[in-house]
Amino acid sequence: MPRPSKNIFQNTDRTLIWLYAILVIAGWFNIYAAVYDEKHSSIFDIDVNYGKQLIWIVTSSVLIFVIMMTDPKFFQTFSYPIYGLVMIALVAVIFMGREISGSKSWFQIGGFSLQPAEFAKLATSLVVATYLGNIKRNLERFSTKVIVILLILVPCVIILAQNETGSALVFGAFVLVLFREGLSGVILILGLVAIILFILTLLFHKFIVIALIATLLVVIYYYFRKKKPKIFLFIALFTVTSGFVYSVDYAFEKVLQPHQKTRINVLLGKETDLRGAGYNVHQSLIAIGSGGFWGKGYLNGTQTKYNYVPEQSTDFIFCTVGEEWGFIGSLLVIGAYIFLLIRIIQLAERQRSAFSRIYGYSVASIMFVHFMINIGMTIGLMPVIGIPLPFFSYGGSSLWGFTLLLFVFIKLDSLRHDLI
Amino acid sequence: MARKDHNAAKRYVIITIFLVVASVFLLRLFYIQVISDKYSFLAESNVRRIITQYPPRGVIYDRNGKKMVTNEAAYDLMIIPRQVKDLDTTELCHLLDLDRSSFDTRLKKAREFSLYKSSIFLEQISQRSYGYLQEKLFRFPGFFVQPRTLRQYPYPAAAHLLGYVGEVNQKEIDKDTYYKSGDYIGKGGIEKFYEESLRGVKGEKIILVDVFNREKGSFENGRFDKPQVPGLDLTSTLDIELQVYGEALMSNKRGSIVAIEPATGEILALVSSPTYDPNLLIGRIRSKNFALLAADPLKPLFNRATQAAYPTGSTFKMINGLVGLQMGVIIPQTRFGCSGKGSSPIACSHSHATPLDLVGAIEQSCNPYFWNTFRAIIERGGEGGTNANYVKWREHVMSFGFGERFDSDLPAHSKGNIPSENYYNKIYGPKGWKSMTIRSLSIGQGELLITPLQLANQAVIIANKGFYITPHIVKKVEDHVLEFPKKTTNIKPEYFDPVIEGMYEVFQGSHGTARWYMMEGITACGKTGTVENPHGKDHSLFIAYAPAENPKIAIAIVVENAGFGATWAVPMATLMMEKYLKGKVSRPEKEEEIKSANLL
Ligand SMILES: [Zn+2]
Repeated sequence: MPRPSKNIFQNTDRTLIWLYAILVIAGWFNIYAAVYDEKHSSIFDIDVNYGKQLIWIVTSSVLIFVIMMTDPKFFQTFSYPIYGLVMIALVAVIFMGREISGSKSWFQIGGFSLQPAEFAKLATSLVVATYLGNIKRNLERFSTKVIVILLILVPCVIILAQNETGSALVFGAFVLVLFREGLSGVILILGLVAIILFILTLLFHKFIVIALIATLLVVIYYYFRKKKPKIFLFIALFTVTSGFVYSVDYAFEKVLQPHQKTRINVLLGKETDLRGAGYNVHQSLIAIGSGGFWGKGYLNGTQTKYNYVPEQSTDFIFCTVGEEWGFIGSLLVIGAYIFLLIRIIQLAERQRSAFSRIYGYSVASIMFVHFMINIGMTIGLMPVIGIPLPFFSYGGSSLWGFTLLLFVFIKLDSLRHDLI
Repeated sequence: MARKDHNAAKRYVIITIFLVVASVFLLRLFYIQVISDKYSFLAESNVRRIITQYPPRGVIYDRNGKKMVTNEAAYDLMIIPRQVKDLDTTELCHLLDLDRSSFDTRLKKAREFSLYKSSIFLEQISQRSYGYLQEKLFRFPGFFVQPRTLRQYPYPAAAHLLGYVGEVNQKEIDKDTYYKSGDYIGKGGIEKFYEESLRGVKGEKIILVDVFNREKGSFENGRFDKPQVPGLDLTSTLDIELQVYGEALMSNKRGSIVAIEPATGEILALVSSPTYDPNLLIGRIRSKNFALLAADPLKPLFNRATQAAYPTGSTFKMINGLVGLQMGVIIPQTRFGCSGKGSSPIACSHSHATPLDLVGAIEQSCNPYFWNTFRAIIERGGEGGTNANYVKWREHVMSFGFGERFDSDLPAHSKGNIPSENYYNKIYGPKGWKSMTIRSLSIGQGELLITPLQLANQAVIIANKGFYITPHIVKKVEDHVLEFPKKTTNIKPEYFDPVIEGMYEVFQGSHGTARWYMMEGITACGKTGTVENPHGKDHSLFIAYAPAENPKIAIAIVVENAGFGATWAVPMATLMMEKYLKGKVSRPEKEEEIKSANLL
């Protein structure tokens, strides 16, 4: 039981709360700048995004109070029911939801829309933390691996079915959590090799890549020949990697939709498509790149103000930062995120309960993937995958989702001395 | 717990991943924001939109300061396809008076050009249609109007001379980088020749626009805007009232009138009939009307005054007389006998006293006289024989401006033709022809081709006794007076006296072919002619100038299929000269008779 206390924020980590407040408020100012228009200059106008975002911010603080007053045992005890409910909501939205730009992932409630996928991250984090936090679990066991991977894959697959590829990809973040909880580091290296092979296959013909692999293996074999390596191992490696290259090639040509292929080709510089997929990134780069070192000043960004950048208050919100605040502003925002992420990792490591620690890692990993894909996309280092920048991007579901995600951890952390 | 401790160290791997990603982002950001200036440049070109400002074209005045060509405001309907929303096609079609398929074609063309940039949807909407459209335009997002100017012709006359203005074609854009698609350019006549003066200089206004091309204000308070420079005004040599009068006289007839001020080479009137109203070739109706005019069997687009060429018959006799005097084969007192219709090899059309001297031969238009003169020229003897004498004759003839184009500001004009010796050598063999073979030339027939403009210039040369200023149609660009080259013929001035006397007798003499049309108080010199027309009735032809003692106007008239010269061409010429010299005509009944005659 929590000790009776007058202050529900007792023992909470002030650094995290400040970082949260700074990012949310900075985000709000940037949303204002992104949609700024002399005709609607009142910052409280709820017809426009920044007015609506203010409502989301206020309601988020209500959520924070609710979480702070909740018994933290609730999150662990009810993680499975919460998970179950969210999974039901995820499936239901496919049938009952409103279609927005090709994906059926939104519930329409009055004038506002809610995206259950944003809450699936919280539910999955809770359930993974509960499952792995159990002292009986050991990730070295095959059954544990299978179950935890299933817990992660279920929401991932449903969200894919909603046609929300971006949100589904975020569940890849749990690789970092599993790695921390005992999965071999080989998985990260394999992942890296797979990404490199993937890119090479798309850039060059598959036979060139396979020839490259063969050459590399022969060189390695020759280098280690004194140690008498097993030739069988090399043949197996060759078979697996070649098979991977073949399947990537097949998937790219046959499985991906033409617009997805274009996005990847644009990113790899194989295509320039300034009217279609390439247009967003091109305009985004122009906006950020024109910011210079010091930026153009608040509300002085021409690219964002005149709507050259699409989705500028949601997925491309970082453009406003880059254009109006320049390199300095970008540095501060990226710094704030990294500070936040490292702080969560540090706090996670000081937890006595495995549940809290695993949950903390989940929060950090999910936010990191959002941060990496979103900013990477705006500066042309990642394909155009529409996911929000945590706390910054306009959107109620996203803000609520991340607020819950973070403050559940802050609450858990504030009670780290109690065994829960 | 060892396993846990071992895993705790993995936090550094994860933190390292975070830091590596953040560093890559910051390096990339540093590159695009601080090092590369490519994006700043692109950002500027993104938001700056250059709005072209079209200057008004120069106004064209006639010689008396009357406006012949002015400007009228017109509007191009522009479209930005990306902004078009909830389009009520039926209503817009109705407003613009367009049919559905034409509407769709225009929309498709605009979309193919650019979704984001503006292009012309419908060009040159008149002021009146615009007023109507403007009230409803707000209901059609993505459409806006751009002011332009259209030409307007207060006098529906002189179409061939003035030319017209139309949108530039690709060839014109390739030739001159000043032009951009959608610009207007002079397409003929004065509009084309004086294009660079008339067009002025386009201005540029730089404005800031958003991605939907909506105007967001001026760029740095217009510091980099380029003002437009209005086109220069021109003063033409034409007397527009005389031009209108000439066109009225020529209505329902095929032919031309060219009037020139002898002292200056200024063209006072240049009528080609059938003609058309220049107002037909303005704005949107232009292409439709142009096609109609081009298909008209009467060929109204054809400028007969400068492009049609005829064997000018008896009016050419003076040339042969002058060349004969210059080459010394005759003197004014030389007489040749004539036996009227029995003359050989060229007969005379009527009987007259014989033998005549040069003056009498011109007054009576005696065919045998000029045949004898021509034969004397060609068979003069001397080195080279026939061929050399013909070359000499041709050289003298061409010094009158025949067989060549004028170095002038005139619209497309034909050179006519004075056949070369090689032409005859080819047909008859080098020694196979002599004066007899080409005898038609002696009385202005045969292979000879002379345009009405050249014919009028011949009258000028006679009035000036041997020289002419290249005929032209513009005298001033703003206040700058233009100069055109002066040309002198090979003929000595005094040789003109008997020719002039002969032409004087044509009006004032007791046997003159134009004596019935003598003008009150104005003495004139003239010469009738008839062009034999194997396809129908002969063409009536006349040249004249007046006043005889101090020529102010020289004129040539060709009326096709009108028979003998005196019937139509002479009264028309006298009416024109009277109108120009006195401002009114003394025989209004004749004027009415000519105006109402239909010879088509
Ligand atoms: Zn005779």
